[in-house]
Amino acid sequence: MEIVIETPNSPRKRKGANWEKYGWMYMRISGAVLIVLIFGHLIVNLWDKGVGAIDFAFVAGKWTNPFWQVWDVLMLWLAMIHGTNGMRTITNDYAEKEWVRKTLNVSLWVVCAALIILGTLVATTFDPCIDPNAVNYLPTVCK
Amino acid sequence: MAKLPAGTLYRGKVGMWSWVLHRITGVAIFFFLLVHILDTSLVRVDPEAYNSVMATYKTVIIGFGELGLVAAILFHAFNGVRIILIDFWRKGFKYQNLMFWIVVAIAFILFAGFAPRHLMHVFSYNH
Repeated sequence: MEIVIETPNSPRKRKGANWEKYGWMYMRISGAVLIVLIFGHLIVNLWDKGVGAIDFAFVAGKWTNPFWQVWDVLMLWLAMIHGTNGMRTITNDYAEKEWVRKTLNVSLWVVCAALIILGTLVATTFDPCIDPNAVNYLPTVCK
Repeated sequence: MAKLPAGTLYRGKVGMWSWVLHRITGVAIFFFLLVHILDTSLVRVDPEAYNSVMATYKTVIIGFGELGLVAAILFHAFNGVRIILIDFWRKGFKYQNLMFWIVVAIAFILFAGFAPRHLMHVFSYNH
């Protein structure tokens, strides 16, 4: 069998978009934005009043304000895609069989899409007065 | 005979260990994120169900787990800045070793500030 080696200094031929480059850029851009979003999230939810203060009324208090809905949905999309692309990098490194690699990567993106859709619906259709009978758990706006 | 793994070359030193730590913390944060989206989704199902799941986050054992999560986030965030600087700053490569220790120092200082306050929150809740 004859092995053909391209001239080393000839420019690479590309077909279509360079998705690996966009992925590389995405990790850096989303990472920089996520530092602001996640540090803000941790300061408000864990630092300020502590994990003990987080309950349904706490979430309702945040999500009746569109500012936090946008914050959390943006954080959801950026973090899920950042994390899934990171996991894809790892499976590409360690999965040796092609069908294993493909199956893992497809599973990752299916899970990613499912959780993004779920989380976006939860945050955008949130109803602070979801169950009028659960008086003890509802925020004051529903009483 | 066992097959040797293909294609990974470990070079040691700060460059390798920062990469290993970035992977491990990234995977840990990823799996927490999956769980966190699912538990938060309970606010759309039932307030009582959400509160009972949140109660597990307030236990002492999970409280220590949250310390680990915050430590992982701090390292991953600042090492991510280091990676961006190596890629885009002209002198980034030259200072990558020094920047690793700056990352460790910043993460450690912020963690040392967070840990006592978080443990106070956790233990006062469980008191």
